[in-house]
Amino acid sequence: MTNAYLAKPLAEASGRSGPPSPDQAALAREERKEHASMLLLLAPALVMVAVLLILPLCWLTFQSVQSEEGFTLANYLRIFNEPIYWDTFALTFKISFLVTILSIIMGFPIAYAASRLQGFWANLVLICVILPFWTSVLVRSYAWLVLLQRRGLVNQTLIDMGIIDQPLNLMHNTTGTVIGTLHVMLPFMVLPLYAVMKKIPQDLLQASESLGAKPFYTFRRVFLPMAAPGIMAGSILVFVICLGFFITPELLGGGRTILVSMLVQRNVELYHAWGAASAVGLVLLLVVFLIFWGVNRFIPIERILGARS
Amino acid sequence: MNLFARLRYLRLSQVLFVVLVTVILLYLIIPVLIVVPMSFSEARFLQFPPKQWSTTWYEAFFNSREWMSAARVSLITAFFTMLISLPIGMAAAYAINSSSLKVVRTLQIILLLPMMVPIILIAAGVFFVYARVGLISTLTGLVLAHIMLALPYVIIALLAGLRNFDMSQEMVARSLGMNRFRAFMAVTLPQIKPSVVSATLFAFITSLDETVVALFVSGGDNQTLTKRMFTALRDEIDPTIAAISSILILASLILVVIAGRNKQA
Repeated sequence: MTNAYLAKPLAEASGRSGPPSPDQAALAREERKEHASMLLLLAPALVMVAVLLILPLCWLTFQSVQSEEGFTLANYLRIFNEPIYWDTFALTFKISFLVTILSIIMGFPIAYAASRLQGFWANLVLICVILPFWTSVLVRSYAWLVLLQRRGLVNQTLIDMGIIDQPLNLMHNTTGTVIGTLHVMLPFMVLPLYAVMKKIPQDLLQASESLGAKPFYTFRRVFLPMAAPGIMAGSILVFVICLGFFITPELLGGGRTILVSMLVQRNVELYHAWGAASAVGLVLLLVVFLIFWGVNRFIPIERILGARS
Repeated sequence: MNLFARLRYLRLSQVLFVVLVTVILLYLIIPVLIVVPMSFSEARFLQFPPKQWSTTWYEAFFNSREWMSAARVSLITAFFTMLISLPIGMAAAYAINSSSLKVVRTLQIILLLPMMVPIILIAAGVFFVYARVGLISTLTGLVLAHIMLALPYVIIALLAGLRNFDMSQEMVARSLGMNRFRAFMAVTLPQIKPSVVSATLFAFITSLDETVVALFVSGGDNQTLTKRMFTALRDEIDPTIAAISSILILASLILVVIAGRNKQA
């Protein structure tokens, strides 16, 4: 792999033959040089993240506990004491949870179909998932604004079919937020699920059936356990992105469904209340980190995030 | 091979499954497809299907100084983000892949942070720093922030390529007298080309698509297309957006094709 990699067996071999030789010292020096050059290669990327992400986060932390009189926890206490803040957090969790559940229910059949179909049909299913995935979130929010408005296509169709008499209020409320957010999140569920399902060998399912298991039993005892890591990775990804999602909820919620991300944005842009904004944002960050930390023991974070690309 | 002939042999549960999958797929694809016919409508108010066809909104887009300037800012930002994040990300991915140091594993998690931290908090933080150093509403500031955001995507894509590559080939080139950089350029790089292509795509798309940070830190003459679109959508729905959206959908369709080709290669 590298010089250090080569150096190791040599160093061990000569180590057995007695006192350290000048060769060994040279090898150790070489290894240190190798480590140093690797760290040097990492440096530019690390500097970018440190200066533009970690430093600002420290700054925000400082802002959140500081007032004119010095140290204060008022910004954090407000989250628990003021109903507006508490309700916003509760609503954000509720919507994120709902969207995650819905994306499992809707994502599973899609991923299953894509993994079992062949050729043209499999590609068709995948294109229906990937094309929206690559389309700008703004474009999709715009489309939903058009579809869900009072005289939009959805209301019109429902009226024409005789299901409803009066147009429903489908946007500028929580319904619109969920419909739009789910549309953005669904591919994040389908793609990791599909990747896992594609790897499940058909032989195992056939073996189960040949041993007399009913299709549903095979599904529950053989297929589902093997698909579980995909469900887990997808759910975590969807839930965490939902918690901090801003664009679609802001546009489809129409300022009436307020989520945590909007609380941060409004505190910064409208009220310049850095303390409040920082505290709210950092509590959100803490929740996200706790989720990642908890999950990291079962599935490496890298793998979960890898599904995003 | 008639579909209906085949359907007759399916059980009821299978028919229901097909219906379910179709409905979900329509939910996914209709919002993307509906924008295109809408962009060719003549009406000021959104309607579908359009009563009269025209290219009014495309003309409105290409003749508007504001929209054109926003498109230019977005493309320039995406281009420089791509240009700079690629070598930085490549150096980092190479080090992560080759180093045996334990600390590198931790540093790798740090490099993935821009993907994990909620974007709204990143935007607030970057805004806070830029306000103090005078980078608000500058192209430099925008590019720097986008490089930071693109790095995890670039690194993940490149690492996937490097992990499947046998590094001993590079060792051979070096043992034959090439220095490390030349060995990398001549031996490793050509063989991980597909992952370099996808890293490039990711860097470009991440920047072009990025909205929240741009909302906070871009402004004046340096507003991005996404910021203008977002404001336009929030305040009053301007049908010009349908035209812009259709152009963006076409762009993403092209990208999907490129990415698909790249995967097969």
